[in-house]
Amino acid sequence: MSEAFEILFQASFWVAAIRIATPLLFGTLGALLGERAGVLNLGIEGIFVAGAMTGWLAVYLGAPLWWGVAAAAAAGALMGLLHAFLTVTLALSQHVAGLGITLLATAGSHFVYRVAFPTLTQPPRIEPFAPVGWAWLEGIPLLGPVLAQQTPLTFLAIATALFLAFLLARTPLGLAIRAVGDDPAAVEAQGLSVAGLRYGCVVAGSALMAVGGAFLTMSAFNAFFFGMVSGRGWICIALVVFASWRPLKALAGALLFGAFDAWQVRLQTLAGAFLPSQLFLMVPYLLSIAALLLAARRADYPRALMKPWRRGER
Amino acid sequence: MTGTEVEPAPRGAGRGDARPPLLRLEGITKRFGELLANDAIDLELRAGEVLALLGENGAGKTTLTSILFGHYAADAGTVRVADGRGGLVALPPGRPEAALAAGIGMVHQHFTLAHNLTGFENIVLGTEPWWRPRPARAGARARIEDLARRMGLEVELDRPVGTLGVGARQRIEILKALYREARVLVLDEPTAVLTPQEAEGLFATIRALAADGRGVIFITHKLAEVEAVAERVVVLRQGRKVADRPLVGTSREELARLMVGREVVEPVRRPRAPGAVVLALEAVTAGSGRDRIEAVSFALREGEILGIAGVSGNGQAALAALAAGLLRPERGRVALAGSAAALESPRAAVRAGVGRIPEDRERDGVVGELDLSENLALERLDAPEVSRFGLLRRRAMRERARRAIEAFAIRAPGPDAPVRLLSGGNMQKVVLARALEAAPRLLLADQPTRGLDVAATAFVHERLLAARERGTAILLISEDLDELLALSDRIAVLHRGRLAGPFPSEQLDVPTLGLLMAGHEPEEPLGAAA
Repeated sequence: MSEAFEILFQASFWVAAIRIATPLLFGTLGALLGERAGVLNLGIEGIFVAGAMTGWLAVYLGAPLWWGVAAAAAAGALMGLLHAFLTVTLALSQHVAGLGITLLATAGSHFVYRVAFPTLTQPPRIEPFAPVGWAWLEGIPLLGPVLAQQTPLTFLAIATALFLAFLLARTPLGLAIRAVGDDPAAVEAQGLSVAGLRYGCVVAGSALMAVGGAFLTMSAFNAFFFGMVSGRGWICIALVVFASWRPLKALAGALLFGAFDAWQVRLQTLAGAFLPSQLFLMVPYLLSIAALLLAARRADYPRALMKPWRRGER
Repeated sequence: MTGTEVEPAPRGAGRGDARPPLLRLEGITKRFGELLANDAIDLELRAGEVLALLGENGAGKTTLTSILFGHYAADAGTVRVADGRGGLVALPPGRPEAALAAGIGMVHQHFTLAHNLTGFENIVLGTEPWWRPRPARAGARARIEDLARRMGLEVELDRPVGTLGVGARQRIEILKALYREARVLVLDEPTAVLTPQEAEGLFATIRALAADGRGVIFITHKLAEVEAVAERVVVLRQGRKVADRPLVGTSREELARLMVGREVVEPVRRPRAPGAVVLALEAVTAGSGRDRIEAVSFALREGEILGIAGVSGNGQAALAALAAGLLRPERGRVALAGSAAALESPRAAVRAGVGRIPEDRERDGVVGELDLSENLALERLDAPEVSRFGLLRRRAMRERARRAIEAFAIRAPGPDAPVRLLSGGNMQKVVLARALEAAPRLLLADQPTRGLDVAATAFVHERLLAARERGTAILLISEDLDELLALSDRIAVLHRGRLAGPFPSEQLDVPTLGLLMAGHEPEEPLGAAA
């Protein structure tokens, strides 16, 4: 049994945990930004797929890696624009619009892939982001070697979390975003544009989700597979609640989930001989539910979340 | 209603008045489908003037101010605002940001405050460039604190608005407008949510604002408030301006007649001998926190109205919950017609003949999404006129609703209309109809006319007195002392959970009740009522 916990002291375990956490962090931050402005984006699962597909395809067609990331973000932003149009301009149900976007983006990505590679059975590979391996970083005890093995996108994700925390807490723009998620009428009464703020947050948030998807094909793996997103988007939606809509708690939540997942993979090799592997696959989800139960009770929802808003109506 | 009371010629508002005009509305007209909400309304407001905009619910007051603030664009007419150089310029219609920039501040009836932000954050929201760093806020803070001090708007600025009471929220809402240098402040029924004490504070603030050279438009349907603060009054009725005159020399009766368009007859309570005891409390202690009563005793009889006076939050909620079967006493005994079991649960209470008019009709009185016929049936789902073999009898329910619409003059599109679409007065009539249709033994009327206009209030009063005639015992909880004195046979006063009285209402007047509500003992012993 003690071996199960010894895992926690291996550097390779933490390298894996942070790698698993990175796309979740992008997705959670993206969902969080939209929800802070009052718009739930269940298109996240599909936007992950679209980002994974677009980033990878762009690089396969010859674009530099960072241009691939930009292409993924643009694809996500486009999906976000559609979601904002449906939920803000047309004031439709956020659930239904989001699920529709997930279906559209997933099927659309698969369609593009099939059209581009009609005959392939083995997905074509690209040269993905390499670990940063900065020498100065490796010098830092404990954390340094673990971080040096991450790719640049991980650092981008962490920087985004810090930036969003600052934006929301410390700037007038962040104040307006928090206000529009609580009471759009208050924002309008102060002469600000409710639609402008919500469009901005949904589009930017969707771009972040797509970058999370791109991480899968451009950092974690080097190719695009069907079904590779496998529910990561939904985990992000839960992590937003776990984080009580705070970017730094989102960072902690994503790491926690990453650690659970990395742990269960290692447990499988340890105990897989006498326990079915499916049991281990359940572990991160079970622990997430337990963590959510504890965190979500105190969750302080943005009051206007999921409520369509039309000017001049109560 | 006939519209014969239109004043012949528009009085030159403030003729000979040296104060500069701040705002002028010219021929504002707005139509919503068939409804003419505003019909060619002219209005002028001068610096330092407090103007009361008086009218019943649906008279077009809110439409007019929404146009003024740019929430709606008028179909015809112009809003002109002082440009600061002695002239008046037209505002572009339908642009709230233009109205804000021109110095028009609006305090809505439903506050527009983000609950998760602090008062300070709500006030500065939208006034800073997107990236202004935090230290630059010290100046903003000093300005807000100075405004708060001068205008009597003290409030905790650093607590999330969601944790503040309504009075504090309203003060933040006013500060928000003042911080943006509003020269014209529009207050839409600001006292509806306030306790009498808070309302007094608000009136002081309004006077300070006027003394500061700002113009205030005070929207209300309460005549006493018009007299308390206004210098001039404009009366709207069915979308038209029917009067615009200084308050001096205008009587309350005249204002009421102008507002309603006919004489409003307040029903009179006729002497009636009370019958057997219906609701009895013996040394009852119940509830928790602010909603607690201690050692309360009284007996309420058939055909009697017992008024409960007191500042809200002194135990009224506990008392109402007891009578409705929602709360059990900790100590003492509460009984309906001698039976304690009858008040053991809300269900038992309803079965034993308790009709209820809850304090917050939107939250506790009706289910907004359900239609009128369903709301009326809610308390008697297993009664044969509502359901048979476990199935709802839709046609019978609709028929019942139609009868109630007629009997209670409910203005609604029909029995299938969702109740949330009704105005407050009509919603209250639905609650009243449901409470009274089964000829209850005990009627619990908790703030039954809060927020209602003159005509609707008179209607509710008439129905309460009619129920009393038929022998219903009525427990009337109210903060409106005039209402209590007019309707109640006896009045008791709640202060910090303790009950003074009941006293026969003939021996009481408003000042005496005010003292009792503040916890003073009556100076000379009032005759204890039987």
